[in-house]
Order: sequence, then C-alpha cells, then structure tokens
Amino acid sequence: MQESIKNRKTEWEESVLNKVLQKFPERKETFTTGSDKPVERLYLPQEESKGDYLEKLGFPGEYPYTRGVQPTMYRGRLWTMRQYAGFGTAEESNERYKYLLDQGQTGLSIAFDLPTQIGYDSDDPVSMGEVGKVGVAIDSLKDMEILFSGIPLDKVSTSMTINAPAAILLAMYIAVAEKQGVTRDRIRGTIQNDILKEYIARGTYIFPPAPSMRLINNTFEFCSKEVPKWNTISISGYHIREAGSTAVQEIAFTIADGIEYVRNAMSTGLDVDQFAGRLSFFFNAHNDLFEEAAKYRAARRIWARIMKEKFSARKEKSMMMRFHTQTAGSTLTAQQPDNNVIRVTIQTLAAVLGGTQSLHTNSKDEALALPTEDSVRVALRTQQIVAHESGAANTVDPLAGSYFVEQMTDEIEKEALEYIEKIEKMGGMVRAIEAGYVQKEIQDSAYRYQKAVEKGERIVVGVNKFTVEEEEPRGLLKVDPALRDVQIKKIEEIKDSRDGSKVEAALAALKRGAADESVNLMPLILDAVHAYATLGEITGVLREEFGEYRESIVL
Amino acid sequence: MERKTRIEIAKPGLDGHDRGAKYIARALKDAGYEVIYTGIRQTPESIVATAIQEDVDFVGLSLLSGAHNELFPRVVELLKTEGAEDIIVFGGGVIPEEDIEPLTKKGIQAIFRPGTPISAVIDFIESKKKTTAA
Amino acid sequence: MEIVKGIVAGNIRSIARAVSIVENNMEGKEELLDELHTHTGNAVVWGITGPPGAGKSTLADRLIQKERSEGKKVAVIAVDPSSPFTGGSLLGDRLRMQTHATDPGVFIRSMASRGHLGGISTAAFDAVKIFDAAGYDTIMVETIGVGQTEVEIIELSDIVMLVLVPGMGDEIQAMKAGVMEIGDIFVVNKSDREGAERLKAEVEYVLMISEKPKESPQKKICMTSARDNTGIDELHRILQTKHTEDLKSGFLEEKRKHRLNKELSNLFYLKTREFLEEQLSIGAQMDTWIEGIYKKEIKPYKFISEKMKELKKEYVKG
Repeated sequence: MQESIKNRKTEWEESVLNKVLQKFPERKETFTTGSDKPVERLYLPQEESKGDYLEKLGFPGEYPYTRGVQPTMYRGRLWTMRQYAGFGTAEESNERYKYLLDQGQTGLSIAFDLPTQIGYDSDDPVSMGEVGKVGVAIDSLKDMEILFSGIPLDKVSTSMTINAPAAILLAMYIAVAEKQGVTRDRIRGTIQNDILKEYIARGTYIFPPAPSMRLINNTFEFCSKEVPKWNTISISGYHIREAGSTAVQEIAFTIADGIEYVRNAMSTGLDVDQFAGRLSFFFNAHNDLFEEAAKYRAARRIWARIMKEKFSARKEKSMMMRFHTQTAGSTLTAQQPDNNVIRVTIQTLAAVLGGTQSLHTNSKDEALALPTEDSVRVALRTQQIVAHESGAANTVDPLAGSYFVEQMTDEIEKEALEYIEKIEKMGGMVRAIEAGYVQKEIQDSAYRYQKAVEKGERIVVGVNKFTVEEEEPRGLLKVDPALRDVQIKKIEEIKDSRDGSKVEAALAALKRGAADESVNLMPLILDAVHAYATLGEITGVLREEFGEYRESIVL
Repeated sequence: MERKTRIEIAKPGLDGHDRGAKYIARALKDAGYEVIYTGIRQTPESIVATAIQEDVDFVGLSLLSGAHNELFPRVVELLKTEGAEDIIVFGGGVIPEEDIEPLTKKGIQAIFRPGTPISAVIDFIESKKKTTAA
Repeated sequence: MEIVKGIVAGNIRSIARAVSIVENNMEGKEELLDELHTHTGNAVVWGITGPPGAGKSTLADRLIQKERSEGKKVAVIAVDPSSPFTGGSLLGDRLRMQTHATDPGVFIRSMASRGHLGGISTAAFDAVKIFDAAGYDTIMVETIGVGQTEVEIIELSDIVMLVLVPGMGDEIQAMKAGVMEIGDIFVVNKSDREGAERLKAEVEYVLMISEKPKESPQKKICMTSARDNTGIDELHRILQTKHTEDLKSGFLEEKRKHRLNKELSNLFYLKTREFLEEQLSIGAQMDTWIEGIYKKEIKPYKFISEKMKELKKEYVKG
C-alpha cells in the first residue's frame, strides 16, 4: 500500500472509525466468508497492485486468463444455459429435453440414474429402488436411441454426467449419432469422466485408480483423433464443494485432480497440447458472491500457470481453464423453498461475474425431490434475467479492480497452491486419496460448518432463523416404482432379439483387450455397444479384469 | 454401569453422498455414543447383518437418491425375519413430507430431514434407548 | 443358561448379545464365561497390529477371504480408540471388511477401547472365548499398535502380525523397543510403494540385533499389498506353517498358558481390589484420608501399614 494511503488509513481509524465503533459496535466481532475466510472491514489498494497488473490480471483472452478466457466474454456470446435433467425412462427424459430446448435452453445435460452410473443394469439386484430415480436409466444402446430420438445431434451439444462408465456412454452416444447420419467428428459435448472426485466425494466409482485412469487416457486418445469437438473430461470441484469443502479446497483439489490427469496422459506418451485443450472444469456457485467470483478468477490463473510452467504447454487453449458451473444444491433448504429462488439468483450472479462458460441453475424444490417442470422453468428464467436484464453480461470481468475481490483472489490462489503443493509432496492425488487425506480435509470442513449452523453462529434463513410454521408443498414429482419392471422387460426384449454370438465375441474381445494395458479400449467398447451388449455386461467384463475399488476413508 | 448405546449408521442404496451420514456419525460420537459406520453402497441385507453382529440398539439410514420407500422398509422387514425387531430404525435424507407417514407405518420410527438439528436426533435416541443396567 | 446353548449352536444373535455382556461387564458374565470354558480351545487367534493407515483392516479382509476359501469360519474383533473426552467412539474398521458382512461364516465385531470396567483387553479376550466356543476356527483381533492396552490385547493372540508401511522410517526406530518385540510376523504392507524394500531391510536389521539367542521361534517378514491382493497367499502360508510348528514345539501351549497366567493374575488383582475397597470402605473414606494427608495430619506409609494390620487381624487367622 502506498505510504500516503497507509498514513491516511491510520488517521481515519483514529479520528473517525474509533469514535463510531465506541458508540456503535459492529454486528459481529469478526466477519468471515461462506468458507470461513476472514473478511476485513475495508480493502485498500495493495502495495504493488499497479506494477504487476499485466502479470497477475492481464487482458481477457490472454494468459493468465484471470479476467476470462475470451476477449469479449458475454458481449460476444452468452454462456450456455444448460439444465441438468433426466429421470425415469428414456422416453420420459426425451420429452423433458425437447421441452427444455423449446424453452430456449441451448445445450443438453444428461443425468443418469445410479445403477447406470455404477455400471449395473436395471435388473441387477443392487439396482432395487434406484432405477430412474436420480436420472435416466440406460441399459443398452436401445435406451440411448430413445433418449435422443428427434433431437438432431449435430445441432445440440450434450453434457453427460457420467464417470466410471464414461467410455461406454460416450460409445453409445457416438453410435446413436452415426445412426442419425451425424459423423463422429461433428458431435459436440462433454463427458464428466472425472473418476478422482468420485473417490473423493461423489462415490460412483467402479474400478481401482490404475485401470480407471487407463480408461480416461483411452478416451483422451480416441477423441483427440476421432471426436475432436468432444470435451473428454470435466474435472469437477462441484461435488467436492457439495461434500462440504471450502471454496479454497474446491479449486485446490480440483486442480490437483487435473494435474494428475495431465501427468497420467503424458506418461502414456500423449503430447500435452494434443489433449489439454479438451479438458474442461466444473465448479460450484455458492452464496458468498465475492468469494465465489474471486474463486473462479484464482482458479483460472493457477491453472494457466501450472499448464505453462509445470507441463510446458505451448498452445493457448491448453492453458485456458474453461468451466461449467452449477449453483449449490447444498444451500437449498427444504424450509420455505421459495427462498431458494433468491439464493440461486445470487449464485447465478457469482458464476457470471466469475466468467463461467455454461451454467445450470438449481430448482427451488430440489431439497425435497426431483424438480417439477414449473420450477425448472423459473430456474432457467433466473439465468435469462441475469443475462438480459441485470447488465452483468455487458462488460468483461466487472469486479476486477475491486480492492476486496482482487485481494480475495490473491488469497484464495495462495491457499489453494499450498494444498496443491502438499498433495504433490504426498505423491499426487491418487496417493492422497488412498491415504484418505483429501476426504478427511473435506469432512472436517463440513463438520465445522454444520456445527456453526447448529450453534447459530452461521445463519441460514428459514432454517435456524426467521423460521415459520409451514405446510409442505405437495405435488412433487415422483418416479414410478414400477419403472424398474419396464426397464427389465426392455432388457429381456433386447437379449431375445440381438445376435447372441456377436455379443459374446465382442465381450470376449473386450476382455482380452482389457488384459493388455497397451490396447485402447474405445473401439472394442464401440463394437460391444453396437452389438447391443448391455451396460452391465460391458462393465461386468471390465470388473472381472480390473477388480473393484473399495472406499478409503478416514473417520 | 450403564450399557453403552450402540448405533449403526449406514447408507443403503447406491448414492455416494455421505456428507450427512458422516456428520451424524461424528456428532453422535461426540455425544458419547458408540457409532458403527459401514460406509456407502450397503444392501439392506448387509445393514441388517451388521446390526445383529454389532448388537446395536439403533440403525440410522441415510439416503439421498429417492430409493427410501423401497430400501428403508426392507431393512425393518429383514430385522423382523432375523428376530431382531427390537432394534430401532430411523432414517434421514431427501425425503418428501408425504413419504414420512407411510414409512413410519412400516416401522421406521423417525425420519430426520435436512435442516434438523442434531439435538433432535439425540433426543430421539435418549427417549428410546434401553436402560438396562449392568 | 439359554444363551450358552445359543452360542454353542452358533446362533448369531446369542453370540452378539454375549459379546455385549462381557463388554459392558453385565450381570451373568462370569457364569456365562464359566459355562463356555469347556467349549473353548479350538480356535486359532491372530493379532493384527500396526500404526493407523497401515492397512490392517484391508489385510484382515484379505485373510478372511483366504480362510473362507478353505471353508473356515472367521471372527474379527476390531478395536478402535474412543474419545477420552466424551467416551463416544466412531468405529469404522469394518467398512473395509463389509463385503463379508452377509457371509454366515464371518462375524465382525467392533469394539471401542475405553469405558470398559476391567479394561478392554479383558473384554476382547472374553469375546475371543465366546467366538471360540461358538465354533469359529480363526479369530482375528485387530488394533492400533500404540499404548499399553493395545499391547495387552495383542498379547492374547497365538500369532501376532505387526503391519508396517514404507514412509515411516523414523517410527520404526521408536517402535523397535516396544511393539517390535511382540510381533511374530512382520508384514511390510503397501509393498508397491517406494521404500518398501528399505523398510524390509530395516526390519531385518532390527530383528537381527534384538533377537534373543533363545530357542524361541524365528520371526518372519512378509511383503504384501493388501489393496492389490498380492503377497497374501504367502502371508497365509506363513501363518499356517507357524501354527503347525508352534503346536508341535509346544510353543503354542506355552504361550496359551502364559496367557492364562496373565488372565488369572489379572482376575485375582481385580477381585482382591474390589474386596478391599468394600472391606475398608475406601470409596466412602477416601476424601477424609486425603484431607488428613494433605493437612499433614496423617503420614501416608504409617497409615497404610495400620490399615493393613487391621485387615490381617480380621482375615489372617491361625
């Protein structure tokens, strides 16, 4: 800070501030962000803030991308409004997608049910009660054909929240597109494909780390040659945050995951610039507006520097952190659910002020059940209002230069780098996960937060303050429990009508391929998918060969 | 000497969101109970086998995927089959109001929804726990 | 006793209840254990100990698998520390063995280490007896190898596995004096990690310089990766061979008698103490005595010696 400002600050504190404080003490002794970072009363220009502007902030669309990955940001094109949806059968979800596209949504985001995410068919005993619940049930290519029927896959971009069996679902998507006459080089979309955060926070893993990382590499390599417009991974902090991490931990652990993926891909001989441009990220948007905006800015800067300095990326695209954002499900309250609309609005602003590339806004009733069509519309309208009415999209990185936001950006960057370094010292993210370190750090943050809410130190409106007696809303969306029978019947039909010998041959070839680490499994999976082998059958073969991961947590 | 109250905290079904389950487990530990945590992806069968082997007084189930109507009652049923209907089952998670009554009727003795303070869970346990003296 | 019939018949509920009875020192415990006594002596007891994060539970999981493949019934007692402040505990070891939860030939029981009258080692050993009487062929007792109580528990085993992992080179120096002595088999787990070979060499060195020239059995070292299921076959083979050898050499009998000696001494001590407390109404008068000693009105040794005289007058007759 410049000397004159520093002196004036002391003067101001003595002559003005202290008098006021004596008469009117502040509401709290200390103020903190949503993630428990201390917040000062007043931020002033930092000492060296002018000299290193170019180095730390620079221009949008230029290294280190602190101010955004495109030169014009939303003045050029608004972010992609992409609502995550899917439930029940492929038929029902197909209807919802068509509705969303009619409402002005610009991309699809597919939610799969848990059996699909963990590679079980609907008729597997462990699927009991779960079929079609948190997303659509996909058992074979047949379901995927229904899911996208009447939706031209050369016109939409599709994001699929699928991880452990991502390669299989991608293969199904390619197969459907080709059946529509859309060649694989023209399809656009994303598979989440981020297994590390499954071990850390989300829990839909199947295989141990080593074969899982191989499958990821296989998709990287395959797509770089055959599906060039496909984002092969969405490295996700979203679920880490939902599990209770702080903002700093969210970006630190996500970037540490990213480092592991890059290192792993490079170790198989891929050139960094061959795949890094297709890496994308996925973050959470919480209520603390300024902390969140600073978080995104810090994350971009860290990633750019790591890609350039650590991995010697040369292409600009390899250094750009492009990310999708979803508003925070964990902030939604079952109490006074209308209040959630306001929370989502703040979170939308945070994501937009932080320069997101696409956004999903949660619906107000999601703390209770799956969202209804009405509440999904309000959620989408929230984005549209921020885009077209708030003015936040009219200039690039509007919060830049705020003393507060810049200092917050620097602090988050510093603290995140400390975590990243620690994990590197432990031998990388896989090691840190196996030791239970990352899980424990998140768990401790979650515990602290929840205790603070319980003690009333942190106010959640409508939950621990400003409560009312209220009637629960009725008419929530329910998935028909008989749905599993529908899916089971479909599986039976498929198994009767397909060429059994073809399936057997394809699965046998896949098994052989799985045993040989040098084989890229994507073409073999595509063959199996085309033969209408079910997801459970394909995963089953891989389970036999790869084994299964077991939870590794420290309590 | 009073018999220590033992509680199994388990996640039936396939969802991996264990933030709530871990919080409850830890908070109950801090409240002085013996908590047995079984982790995610448990079947009703494994939950019941655990409850019996561990001789617990309570089984707490946490589920966010919406499969509670199928899986919670199944745990109660299996306990009955094993002659362990004295073990008290409670649940938590994203559970709509309208599901609570049917679940209670099927033998789940309490449902705690998001936003419930931990003291409510402790009060429930204290009101139901056995007071067998040694 | 009804419960004894249940246990001997292998009824899960009865076994579980009985473990609670010994754990909580509930009424009927002594009778129960006496009735079970004749049914015991058939099981092999393995102790698994080592620092947190060494992979003990995963190793136990793999050994269960091996034993099951041979048709043996297995019980595991997993001991975790409880909070010294609240007395509560969060027992999560069985998480790593949970795939065996529904196997009727496997019984897993978690125990918290504090809050047991008579100590956890007594409770754990009593539980071993229950599983033994119930027909479990192999009983594994798993605990963190720190502190006196854990060492005591482990001493109850026929064979002790000490699980170590690379990356804790300094700790091994600290451990060699205490815990190293109780290990029969040294398991270097996570053998794929850097430093595993070095750790093995270090253990070998420590054993070489500390081995007593007595005819006690040779200590073994085994490299495993419980996670990847490697080295488990060898470890299992070592366990079996050692058992056969110890049986033949009489070492097992010696060890078990040593265990009984400990147990009986412990019981004598406990019971005598209870008796004394009752006879001298220690509980009721302690405060008065302390007050006296604090104010220098009573000399502690003189006081004790008078008290003992009183006692002897009462009970030592003839």
